[in-house]
Amino acid sequence: MDLIESYREELQLIRKPWTRVWVGGLVLALILLPLYCPEATVYVATIICIYAIGVQGQNLLIGYTGQISFGQAGFLAIGAFTFGHLARLGLPWPACLLAAGVAAGLFGIIVGFPSLRLKGPYLAIATMGFGIAVYQVLVNSELLSGGRMGLSVPKIDPLFGLSRITFNYYFNLAIALLFTLVSYNIISSYMGRAFIAVRDNDIAAEVIGVNLTHYKLLSFAISSFYTGIQGGLYALLIGYLEPNMFTFMESITLFVAVIVGGLASIEGAIMGAAFVILVPQFFSAYKEMVPVVYGTAIIVLLIFQPLGFAGIWMKTRLYLRNWPFR
Amino acid sequence: MSNESVETPLLKIEGIETLYFDRIYALHGLSLQVREKEIFTVLGPNGAGKTTLLKTIAGLLKDQPKKGTIQFSGRNIHRAAPEKVAGMGIVYVPEDRGLFRELTVKENLDLGLWGRRDKDIQGDVENVHRLFPILKGRSDQQAETLSGGEQQMLAIARALLRRPKLLMLDEPSLGLAPMVGRTVYDALREISQGGTTILLVEQNARMALGIANYGYIMESGRIVLEGTAKDLSENEDVQELYLGLGGEAAASPKGWRLYKKRRRW
Repeated sequence: MDLIESYREELQLIRKPWTRVWVGGLVLALILLPLYCPEATVYVATIICIYAIGVQGQNLLIGYTGQISFGQAGFLAIGAFTFGHLARLGLPWPACLLAAGVAAGLFGIIVGFPSLRLKGPYLAIATMGFGIAVYQVLVNSELLSGGRMGLSVPKIDPLFGLSRITFNYYFNLAIALLFTLVSYNIISSYMGRAFIAVRDNDIAAEVIGVNLTHYKLLSFAISSFYTGIQGGLYALLIGYLEPNMFTFMESITLFVAVIVGGLASIEGAIMGAAFVILVPQFFSAYKEMVPVVYGTAIIVLLIFQPLGFAGIWMKTRLYLRNWPFR
Repeated sequence: MSNESVETPLLKIEGIETLYFDRIYALHGLSLQVREKEIFTVLGPNGAGKTTLLKTIAGLLKDQPKKGTIQFSGRNIHRAAPEKVAGMGIVYVPEDRGLFRELTVKENLDLGLWGRRDKDIQGDVENVHRLFPILKGRSDQQAETLSGGEQQMLAIARALLRRPKLLMLDEPSLGLAPMVGRTVYDALREISQGGTTILLVEQNARMALGIANYGYIMESGRIVLEGTAKDLSENEDVQELYLGLGGEAAASPKGWRLYKKRRRW
């Protein structure tokens, strides 16, 4: 935690020279990744980029605004199928992607209404109901889900002579970086402060002039917009959609990513996304062990490091700053 | 109830009735007025409805008051949403201080500046640091790790950054050591001298009447006595029940029962 000494410094995204070095190094390493890693690794990194967007969105809702949602799979499905249907109609991918985010965002506002009355576990159950309802609608509607054969989605042709996997990686990395930048902007803006105020003490937030209704719904809308974009990008990458990709387990996966990565931390959201993608890779021979690993990771982290990976990262930075004297 | 000394009220409450669960009367036809740039205090025992009064004004009780009117600067704020009331310049500091406990002192003050885009922000921050210098040294400290007095100072400082026309404080001396309580009250006096109107709800009648211009005594959701702070300080019943000048008998449950039988209101 750095002491900010001026308003100009407050507005800066990267405040310390050393942070510039490691952020620059990390972005450079990500750009060079396809040059020194096999295609399988690049593909996994692509999925991490896509998930990082959705987890950031959910962290804005859960971590920053304090509203629990177990219905993210519903928003993911709405985003993915909106993208799929529009792409099949021949619309260009940017329009499809924007529509995926907006459609999920609109449903986010609708789902957000119970948050005005419900809190904690009651809100979790209400949102869980939404996620399951979306899944059931898709399972029972061949028109929406594409029937038994699923919905095939046209992919983008690679540009600049890149292989499909490398192109997809750069494409999704660029979008993930853009959304990360937007997330940092949101949390350091008035809007972000209002989200934090609602989370920490809603009565105090109201008496300083924060409109609870407005900001709770806005948080749901932004969070589900992010998740809708994640769904659209996922549809574009895979090129195929079916309802079983959006079960309740998918909501749990996103929730695990937020908790394990660290509540109220954008870096944590990215690390959490990496965790939920890499764990199934490491346990590919024992798929049934994946939920066990998720559950164990949450228990261990909540006991020893409630701030998740972000907390470990923060402590490491503080330790290194004073090394070797303390 | 006549109140001739109140001429141009900033806040005017007439006959409000606030109910919990639609049947329990917390405020029963209460009327009061608060004059601009002065300190008004509402005193009363536990359960008198003092906090309910402030919450009703702040708009924190949904669909309340059921009856009566609340006017602020001549505008009706009856049943207005809390953010609208706050936007008009009424800032409420709750009994539990209402801090964002996981955030630092600086972040709490930043939230006090929420929605402000004027050029006086820096000056106002410097002003609250001058009023409560200890907060400057605690900038990076989490609010929940502050002492009770520092938390109260932070709550008032954050409220001041809203540039309140009316600052409503709910028991600011609660749980504070006498020395710290005095520091907080000295700050309130200075804030009032700067032109901010203060409505102070207190159980510590001695401290409240020490800085207030005018006071109301509240019991069972009604105003039972009012007057200048000097008049109230000299009133026998107030002295006996609220200023502890009635000896031990008045402070005992039996003394309270006797008082209820023979009180003059």
